[in-house]
Amino acid sequence: MSEKYDLIIVGSGPGGYVAAIRASQLGLKTAIVERDALGGVCLNWGCIPTKALLRTAEVYHQMQNASAYGLKADNVDFDLDAVVKRSRQIAGQLSGGVKHLMKKNKITVIEGEGRVAKGGAAPKVIVKGKDGKETTYEPKNVLLATGARARTVPQAGLEPDGKFIWTAKEAMVPDAMPKKLLVIGSGAIGIEFASFYNALGAEVTVVEMMDRILPVEDEEISAMALKSFQKQGMNVVTGARVEGVKPGKDQISATIKGKDGKTTKESYDRIVLAIGIVGNVEGLGLEELGVKVDRTHVEVNGFGQTNVKGLHAIGDLTGPPWLAHKASHEGIVCVEKIAGKNPHAFETWNIPGCTYCHPQIASVGLTEAKAKEAGRKVKVGKFPFIGNGKAIALGEPEGLIKTVFDEKTGELLGAHMIGAEVTELIQGYVVARQGELTEAELMETVFPHPTLSEMMHESVLDAYDRVVHM
Amino acid sequence: MAIEITMPALSPTMEEGKLAKWLVKEGDTVASGDVIAEIETDKATMEVEAVDEGTVAKILVEEGSEGVKVNSVIAMLAEDGEDASEISAPSDDEPPAKQDSNAEKPEAKTEPESAEAGSVEPEKPKALASTQKGDDRIKASPLARRIAAQKGVDLASVKGSGPHGRIIRNDVEAVEAGAPAKPKTSASQVKPDGLILPQVLDDRVYAPDSYELVPLDGMRKTVAKRLTESFMQVPHFPLEVDIQLDKLLSSRSAINAAAPEGVKVSVNDMLIKASALALMAEPDCNASYTDNGIAYHKSANISVAVAIDGGLITPVIRDAQSKGLREISEEMKDLATRARDRKLKPQEYTGGTFSISNLGMFGIKSFGSIINPPEGMIMSVGVGEKRAVVADDGSIVARTVLSVTLTCDHRVIGGAEGAKWLQAFKRFVETPEAMLL
Repeated sequence: MSEKYDLIIVGSGPGGYVAAIRASQLGLKTAIVERDALGGVCLNWGCIPTKALLRTAEVYHQMQNASAYGLKADNVDFDLDAVVKRSRQIAGQLSGGVKHLMKKNKITVIEGEGRVAKGGAAPKVIVKGKDGKETTYEPKNVLLATGARARTVPQAGLEPDGKFIWTAKEAMVPDAMPKKLLVIGSGAIGIEFASFYNALGAEVTVVEMMDRILPVEDEEISAMALKSFQKQGMNVVTGARVEGVKPGKDQISATIKGKDGKTTKESYDRIVLAIGIVGNVEGLGLEELGVKVDRTHVEVNGFGQTNVKGLHAIGDLTGPPWLAHKASHEGIVCVEKIAGKNPHAFETWNIPGCTYCHPQIASVGLTEAKAKEAGRKVKVGKFPFIGNGKAIALGEPEGLIKTVFDEKTGELLGAHMIGAEVTELIQGYVVARQGELTEAELMETVFPHPTLSEMMHESVLDAYDRVVHM
Repeated sequence: MAIEITMPALSPTMEEGKLAKWLVKEGDTVASGDVIAEIETDKATMEVEAVDEGTVAKILVEEGSEGVKVNSVIAMLAEDGEDASEISAPSDDEPPAKQDSNAEKPEAKTEPESAEAGSVEPEKPKALASTQKGDDRIKASPLARRIAAQKGVDLASVKGSGPHGRIIRNDVEAVEAGAPAKPKTSASQVKPDGLILPQVLDDRVYAPDSYELVPLDGMRKTVAKRLTESFMQVPHFPLEVDIQLDKLLSSRSAINAAAPEGVKVSVNDMLIKASALALMAEPDCNASYTDNGIAYHKSANISVAVAIDGGLITPVIRDAQSKGLREISEEMKDLATRARDRKLKPQEYTGGTFSISNLGMFGIKSFGSIINPPEGMIMSVGVGEKRAVVADDGSIVARTVLSVTLTCDHRVIGGAEGAKWLQAFKRFVETPEAMLL
C-alpha cells in the first residue's frame, strides 16, 4: 500500500504528461506511471525526433540549391551518425524537460509498467517496477494514456526483423543509409520518412493501398503532393499492396500487387512499415475489469470516461486521429471533468493535421469531397504560392492554399494547404473554426505583408470572387 | 461600395418593427449620428441614427411599412464619390416588402449594374443604431448569429454552451432540431394574442359597418400576446390584504414639507420603496421561473404600470431598494412623462423583477392584475379611503385603509411566501419609519 492519489495516469506521452500538469494545476494529487522515457513516443520516437531529421533534410536540400540564392556550397555531404545523434539529443533534451515539468508541478513519477485491477470507487493501479517488485496504489481516479504503436502484419512477414524491416522507431535511428528503400503506407508517417530518405539520396518507393497518397487529405492536395514527390525522384505506386516479403542475404525482396492485378518482385535494402497504428491495450488488465474495447481502442465518451467507474482513457489509445495535440487536449478535458469543472467536449473536426514532408502539408476540417458528401453546397477558394511575394522571395513558389466554405452559412468547413511553412500557418484557420468565424470576419481581418499568411486571406477572398493578386 | 442600412434591433427580443417615418429622402447627404428614421417597436418609437456618412441612394422600405424584419436592408447609402444613381438594391434572400417578389434571381435583373454595385458583399448584420447598449449584448459566434438569422431563431431565447455562455452553432441548431417546447412559430403565423383560435368577428353577427376597426399597432399586439400567454401559462393566485395608511400619509406630509422646492413624493413612490424593501426582506419572492431553474434576482427592479394612449407600458425603477424617495420620485416622474410620449428606451421598460399596478385614482377598491412575465408577482393597489375599523379596544374608528391584491406565480411562490411578503410590505407601509433603517 502506498500514498493516496487523486489521480494516477498510466503513460507519460503528450496525453499523459499534459493531463498530469493540468491535474496538478487543479489541485489534484497526481502520479504518472512510465515504463520507458518521459514524454512517450511523441518526444522520444515520434513527432520531435522526426522533425529534427526532417530539418536536416530541409537544410541539406537548401544547401544543394545554394546557387539559387546566390550562395556557393561545394561538396555538400552529410554524416548520418551525426544526423541521428542530433535527433536523439533533441529527444533527450525534451524528455529531460518533461521530467523538470513533473517536478515543478509536484507530480510523482512512478517508474515501471502499470496495469489496472478491480478496486473500490476506481480501479487499483499495480505498477511492476524495473526490479520486478509490484506496488499497488488505490487512487480516486485512473487515466490510461498508454498510446499506440505501429501496426504490423506478422502473417505477411511485415514486422520488424532487426535487420531489413523497420517501423518508425527503427527508421529514425538508421545504422546505415539505405540505397533503396520501400515505404509501405502513405499516411503522414510514411510520407515523412519517404521525404527524409529521398532528400538524403536514397531511391525511395512508396506503396499505397488507396488510389492516392495522403488519403485523408483533400484530393487536390494529394495530387499536388504526388507531383512534387515525383519531381523529387520519388517512386509512388498507388492502388497497390505488398503481398509478401522475403529476406535475402543483403537485401529483402517484396512482392507488390499493382492496380492492374499484376505482381512484381523487387529487392530493397530496407522497408519502412507505416500501415497504421494499434492502441497499446494489452497487459493493462482491461478484460478483467470488463472495459469496453473496440479492436485495439478503448471506448470512451467526450470526456474520456470508459464504461468502468473511475477509469478514463485518452489519446491514441482511444482511436484516431492519432495526434499528439489531440491527446493533450483530451487529457485536459478529461482532467477538468474529474476535477468537477465544466469543460467542453471537443469537436474532432477542429483538430488540425500536419505532415512535415517537403513541401509541407496541413489541414483542418472537411475536404471539398467530404463536405459535398455531407450534402453541403460549398464555395471553394484557392490561392497558389506563385501569387505571393513572400513565397517567391523565399524561393518557395510551389504550393496552394484551399478553403472550403458552406455556401449558405459562410462556415469555414475546411482548409487545406501544401507548401512551405504551412504547418505553422494552419492554426489561423483552426482559431477561425473554433471561434466559428464566417467568411465575413476572415475577409475583414488584416493579414501582415509580406507574409505567407496573406495567401490565407486571398484564398478566402477567392471563394467569394474577390481575390486580389490573381 | 454602397453601404446597406439595415433595420436595427432596438431591443434583444425585437424581431420586427414598423418603419414609422423617414426623416431623409433619396439624394440627401447624411453624416454619422444624423437621425434618419423613426421606428416603432413593440413598445416605443425610437430614432435611428446613421453610422456611416454618405448620400441616401435608395430607400427600400416605405415609411409606414409594418413588420419590417430586423436586419433587412431598408436603404442604401452611397459613399463619397460614388454615383448614387447606380446603386441598386442588394440581392438578398428576403427582398424587402416593397420589392417585386418575382425578382428571385438576382442575376436576372434587367437594369445594367455597375460591377461595384453588383458585387455587394454577402449580407452582414450590422448593428446600425447606437441605441443598443453593451449590457444587452448577446454573446454568440458569428456563425451562430448567421444561422439564427437564417432560421429565424431568436438568439435571446437560446442558451449558450460555449465559453462564458457564448452561443455557438450547436446551440442554435439544437433549438431547431429540439422538441418544440416553446412553440416558436414564425412571426407571421403567431396571432397577436398568441391564441390558436381565429379572433375575428362573424360578419353575420356583427355587420362590418356596425363598428370601426382600428388596426393593431405594435404595442397592442405585444400587450395582447404577452398577457394572453401569461394568463394561460402562468398558474396564478391572488392574496389580498388591508393596510392602514394613516401613518404613511402623515409621514408623506412631513417629508414633502421638508423636501426642497419641486420635490413632491407621492403615495405611489412610497409604495414602490416599500415593495422594494419587502422584496429584500423576503428574497424568495423576488424570483422568476425559468426552464433551467428559478432565478432569484438580487435587485428589486420595480415595474410600474403606466396607462398611455393606446395601451400600457411598465417603466422600471432599477435597484429601488437602494434609492431614496426623492430619487424614486424624480425618476418615476421622468419615466412616466416619456412613457406617455412613447420615448422610452427598451432598457427602461424591460428587466423588472416585480410590478405595481395602481388604480386607486379611479376609486377602484380592489382588483387583481395579470402577471408581467417573467416577474413572479404583481401587486394591484386600490384606493386609500376612510373605512370603519374595529380598533384593538373594540371601538369603531375611522381609518384610511388601502386594499392591495398580490398575484403570484405559483411555480416560484407558494401561498406562505406570498403571505410573508405581504406582511413585510404591510409592516413598511404601516410603520414607514422602518423604511429609513
